[in-house]
Amino acid sequence: MSVLSAQNLNKYFYDPEKFHVLRDVSFDVQRGEFLSIVGKSGCGKSTLLYLLSTMDTDYEGQITMAGTTLTGRSQDFLARFRNEHLGFVFQFHFLLPEFSALQNVMLPGLKLGKYSAKDVEERAMEKLRLIGMAEYAHKPASKLSGGQQQRVAIARALINDPTIIMGDEPTGNLDRANTENVFAIFQDLARKGQTIIAVTHDSDFAAGSDRVIEMSDGQIIATHENSH
Amino acid sequence: MNLSIAAQIAQTHLMAKKRQTLVAMLGVTFGIAMFITMISFMQGVNQFLEDSALDASPHIRMYNEVNTQRPSLIDELRPNGFNVVHHQKPKNEQARLKNGLFIAERIEREPGVQGVSPQVATQAFYNNGPIQLSGTISGVDINRENKLYKLTNRLKSGSLNALKTNPDGLIMGNVLARKLNVRLGDKVTVTTPTGNTRVLRVVGTFGFGVGTVDNTKSYANLSTVQEMLLRDPSYITDIHVKMLDPMQALPFGKRLRAMYGYYTEDWATANTAILAGEKIRNMLTFVVSITLLVVAGFGIYNIMNMTVINKIKDIAILKATGFDGRDVVAIFLLQAAFIGLSGGLLGLAIGFGLSYLLSITPFDAGDFLSLDTFPVIFAAKYYIMGLLFGVITTVLAGYFPSRKAAKVDPVAILRG
Repeated sequence: MSVLSAQNLNKYFYDPEKFHVLRDVSFDVQRGEFLSIVGKSGCGKSTLLYLLSTMDTDYEGQITMAGTTLTGRSQDFLARFRNEHLGFVFQFHFLLPEFSALQNVMLPGLKLGKYSAKDVEERAMEKLRLIGMAEYAHKPASKLSGGQQQRVAIARALINDPTIIMGDEPTGNLDRANTENVFAIFQDLARKGQTIIAVTHDSDFAAGSDRVIEMSDGQIIATHENSH
Repeated sequence: MNLSIAAQIAQTHLMAKKRQTLVAMLGVTFGIAMFITMISFMQGVNQFLEDSALDASPHIRMYNEVNTQRPSLIDELRPNGFNVVHHQKPKNEQARLKNGLFIAERIEREPGVQGVSPQVATQAFYNNGPIQLSGTISGVDINRENKLYKLTNRLKSGSLNALKTNPDGLIMGNVLARKLNVRLGDKVTVTTPTGNTRVLRVVGTFGFGVGTVDNTKSYANLSTVQEMLLRDPSYITDIHVKMLDPMQALPFGKRLRAMYGYYTEDWATANTAILAGEKIRNMLTFVVSITLLVVAGFGIYNIMNMTVINKIKDIAILKATGFDGRDVVAIFLLQAAFIGLSGGLLGLAIGFGLSYLLSITPFDAGDFLSLDTFPVIFAAKYYIMGLLFGVITTVLAGYFPSRKAAKVDPVAILRG
């Protein structure tokens, strides 16, 4: 069952001059699939991921996710959609520096309002434990190292049990052991029906995922399935 | 939109950057404090000047205008003829109001009238040894005059009762008394324009705080002045009227003129110069207030703008994780409201403190104004205005940039 469908995506940058970043990108992602997008720096893979994440609305083409057409929706609609269906891990993690690790993880959950504040806190602790960050739960995000922040950001992406989890180099700042841990978590989630889409430079990471899309110059040049 | 999360985030933002919050608050505080101080002081001065001038003058003064221009007899007989009349003298007419006491009684019974004081006013020379000063003397029923001008409060020495018991008593303006070098109990020779002289004893001195009154005027008994002018006990030259509502004096004065045929002058006409000055001062106050508010408003706007722009990345992160525009706006409105309210309240307190200090600062205005300290008004409306302005400006200054930030794609901010 297709959970995400991208049709003829075209994207331009206008500054400093008009530049065609994505050229007619189309693909589908199945429910429970663990997908990697690879390619050289500047090939447009991060830009593509931002389009899919609905955080960039300046594009041509159509994106449908979890049965909802997301192209042309209002900012508030997209925010609500992201809250419920999308977990995103940024390359530079982007935590709120004034809040503790636990609060950072809790905020999207509190916003969703599906669970009581107490339950959200328990769930957040659980996610932090999963990612090995439970002992830092009450430290301010600004006091954590880059790798620790990245792990908190992953826990934050998981808090609302989103339909799709997207990561822009989600393991870019992590050491070997933690990378493996995150990878195992992603595989486990995919097996349980959540969809993972990750942009990565890490060939081992890509090799471990279900399917790899390879991009170059704003186009998909190859797709291959990995057999495990 | 969930207000409790927004409140929690707003609180964390405010607490995390305490110094920045404090600076933003103080920006509001100083603007409001300056506004409160300035407007309290300026309005205090305006009110004082107005009061001191108007308190000493009647709302309506009725008198007989004796030197009215009158046509010559020949003009009346041959209106179209070629008539040449040189230097016609005014008719020998008395300045009296016919049935003055009776008119006063009738006016007193009209609704809206606070008090009426019929009196005889005349020019006079005050002599004490070689010193001669010109001034005026008013023969009054001191009880009625007291009701109009609260003379009891204006007395600097002596008492009003002493005038009632002493037919030769005189209550004198304090500056005039000092110039004549007389004190309580001293005698003064008073000469009327018709040449009569009488020795009166000073039984009191008063000070209105208005130079032109304290410099020249004295009160004596109505009968005393009538005797000095060689007139009968029904001789009245002026009727002073005070109304409960000063604004009613203008139409009421016109009505009295039509009813009794005597000239009436209301306080607005008598104090045209003061009222014109009042208008200019009010304009000045207005301009200064607006300037202060605009300057304060820009300060507040800048600070709030900075506060929001400093948090633009956080806005993008919040939006990325599912907070919508209204959440973002609510977060910053709450912060702005807190900064505006706490800064504004502090501003009111400091403004009150400064105004109070000003109001107890000794100030020697000399003889012309009865002032010991600077005049300051403490009016709730200025405090309400100040607080409203502070809060509204802050909230608007927080609203516009945060709404703008809330509309942008998160990636546009995060990609840098």
